[in-house]
Amino acid sequence: MKKICENAMKAEFPSLSQNEALARALASSFLMQLNPTVSELADIKCAVSEAVTNCTVHAYRDTVGTVIMTMKSYSDRSVRIEIKDRGCGIEDISTAMQPLFTTDRQGERSGLGFTVMESFCDKIRVTSKPKKGTKVTLIKNLSKLYAST
Amino acid sequence: MDFENGNVKLTVTGDTLCAYISGEIDHHSAKTIREAIDSALTSYSPDALILDVSEISFMDSSGLGLVLGRYTKASEAGISFSVTGVSERTKRLFDMAGLDRIIDYDNKEKKR
Repeated sequence: MKKICENAMKAEFPSLSQNEALARALASSFLMQLNPTVSELADIKCAVSEAVTNCTVHAYRDTVGTVIMTMKSYSDRSVRIEIKDRGCGIEDISTAMQPLFTTDRQGERSGLGFTVMESFCDKIRVTSKPKKGTKVTLIKNLSKLYAST
Repeated sequence: MDFENGNVKLTVTGDTLCAYISGEIDHHSAKTIREAIDSALTSYSPDALILDVSEISFMDSSGLGLVLGRYTKASEAGISFSVTGVSERTKRLFDMAGLDRIIDYDNKEKKR
């Protein structure tokens, strides 16, 4: 059966570090209608936080730009989240996604942002162009057990 | 000595500095917590540093960086280091990062 998009939202906000919490709150509010489990909600909040932090720390390092966050929910209870920036972009995506890789040693980054996103979501896709920006797409399939009737 | 600043409360008992970390720990909040703990380490030169994370409601990889960074600083200064009050959720992150191989932590919710 073809899945249907049932709900969607889009938000834009500056890449200020305090907006990492805003992005998590937006994701939570959107997801609450879908009755996620506590674990599913925590997983998505953590993945979103990582993606938005990457915009603040890496994409717009030393500057402030716009972060665009979109969320869509589908009839098969999958959720698709896109976090997009128009920052510096990533030269080598596969290297950037390696565990412990970071370009910000001074900021005590653990280099595990993409590892967390991969672990807490069912699918992640990263597209990027140097000097153009990056788009991170996170897919999470919510448990059907808790679907509202 | 007692010090409280947003997401961190610091107490010094004898030669032990205990940092009670609470709330949401992300890249934004980690900076303040890191500065408060490092400042106390310099001021009081304790023999032991304990991070109590039992009151944390959210943590991402910035929290891992915070813990690893304090572990590194303590190790370099010859200070014993441990983490207590690790919830199942926080433990999942710690284990993912391999912290269980280098840091002593328990996953029992500690009551203050």
